[in-house]
Amino acid sequence: MADFTQTVPIDQVGIEERVARLNKRSIKKESKVQALKLALSMVDLTTLAGMDTPGKVRQLCQKAKEPYAGLPELPQVAAVCVYPNMVNVARKALRGTNINIASVATSFPSGMSTLESKLEETRRVVEDGADEVDMVISRGEFLKGNYEYVYDEIASVKEACGEAHLKVILETGELQTYENVRKASDLAMEAGADFIKTSTGKVKPAATQPVTLVMLEAIRDYFYETGRMVGMKPAGGIRKAKQAIQYLVLVRETLGTDWLTPDYFRFGASSLANDLLMQIVKQKTGVYQSADYFSND
Amino acid sequence: MSDRVEVLKTYKTYVGGNFPRTESGRYYKVYDGDDNILANACQCSRKDVRDAVVAARDAVEDWSSRSAYNRGQILYRIAEMLETRKAQFVDELETIGYKSKEAKAEVEAAVDRLIYYAGWSDKYQQVFGSINPVASSHFNFSMPEPMGVVNIWAPEESPLLGLVSVMAPVIVGGNSCIILASEKYPLSAVSFAEVLNSSDVPGGVVNILTGFRDELLEHMTTHMDVNAFFYTDTGISQEDRKQIDENGALNLKRVIRKPVEDWEAEDTQSPYFITDFQETKTTWHPVGF
Repeated sequence: MADFTQTVPIDQVGIEERVARLNKRSIKKESKVQALKLALSMVDLTTLAGMDTPGKVRQLCQKAKEPYAGLPELPQVAAVCVYPNMVNVARKALRGTNINIASVATSFPSGMSTLESKLEETRRVVEDGADEVDMVISRGEFLKGNYEYVYDEIASVKEACGEAHLKVILETGELQTYENVRKASDLAMEAGADFIKTSTGKVKPAATQPVTLVMLEAIRDYFYETGRMVGMKPAGGIRKAKQAIQYLVLVRETLGTDWLTPDYFRFGASSLANDLLMQIVKQKTGVYQSADYFSND
Repeated sequence: MSDRVEVLKTYKTYVGGNFPRTESGRYYKVYDGDDNILANACQCSRKDVRDAVVAARDAVEDWSSRSAYNRGQILYRIAEMLETRKAQFVDELETIGYKSKEAKAEVEAAVDRLIYYAGWSDKYQQVFGSINPVASSHFNFSMPEPMGVVNIWAPEESPLLGLVSVMAPVIVGGNSCIILASEKYPLSAVSFAEVLNSSDVPGGVVNILTGFRDELLEHMTTHMDVNAFFYTDTGISQEDRKQIDENGALNLKRVIRKPVEDWEAEDTQSPYFITDFQETKTTWHPVGF
């Protein structure tokens, strides 16, 4: 295990300026339509509310299969992301499709429970049919400097996942500094994460572009070192198609086109899908669209 | 201090409670009554319209759910603020060729018109709502409800009174609006935005843009998130009217055209201006179980 007491220094001003500069890229016309469709195919359509019901989840799965009835040629989303007790419902609703089922696990969103119960929860969701597991790290232990604990936790959850892909949520909104984000990224990747993910969506700030850039650079450096490609998933607060395209530019400029696929880049979002659809229809018809004509979930 | 340089006002737009410049960076010259240049006004673009619609849509929920009484208070407040700035508006109207008596009459009529609609705020629902006789055990009633976002072309002549006369009935009914100011005389509209901004009108309820009707016609009438389109000019060509109707049909926008020559006339204020932008909701409430 690498020495995580050592800190990789992050140039805060440099990161923020690079993000600002890349945001000035103008993506128009055909490239914009391509980007919008690509972004749609990368969405993890998410519902993580205490008031979720099987009906709501089935509705969401329907939306995942057919995002907009008016344009049947549109790509499907990458995955549907639900709470553990809804995995069964989602599995039945998505039978016969290529859409993955992602489930949050390990006492999402706080992660405040024992390792045994986290592992038990992970095994349960995989058994129920989850293809991807979104775990949260123990931020308290991480901030204490107990890196070994966090590393072991991620590694054990990865083992419990078996074939399922593991996404590790760093909850960057609670990590205080970019250095900590970088450190948590390195730690998660080394412990076996298939994806690193910014946030639960329950803490503000959720995903930001500078934090995403720090994590993308960590992924790049890890790739140079080991040759293993780790995926990235910003989640929370990405609501507009324009933001999504800006994220795609960040990925393209940091990691290259190899990462511009749903296998290595995802958006965790609920309302983003509708905005992407509205923009795609706008590009097709030339007329600005209204949320009145797009299903809510 | 005779060599003092006068500080001139930059005329910007009013969107979402802020005063941004046009996104396009384009301006057009505004002339006074004697063809001298008065100022540069923003020549708004498609994207300014888009941003204004977003702001207006965001504002609708809060505005329409306020009590009728509160909306009335706020309209009354606009009137108060306009009254205290009477001199400024009289001045501005005089620079574009109004005689001082006419200018004063126009500003006062604008204040009175606001008071008129403020008074209607908690009455139009009583007058236009109804309890309907039905042959089943239901209590059946109908109420007018706001349509949502309304795009308005303010009258080309009558830059203040006309503007107030098209805005007040729309917002008193709980709608939000995007107003394209008079093309030739846009300055009073921008100054009026300052009045709105200091009268408790929530940001986004009224948005004021300046620019060319020709250019913005398409964008203001096709937007799917706009529920009604309102214009009053008498001189709009048959072709443009056809275009407006066709574009409105895209999402069944309600298109209201009221050609008005003289905004000081008594019949240019009416509760029917309010109901033009209301949708009737009928409720069947079971009784007797």
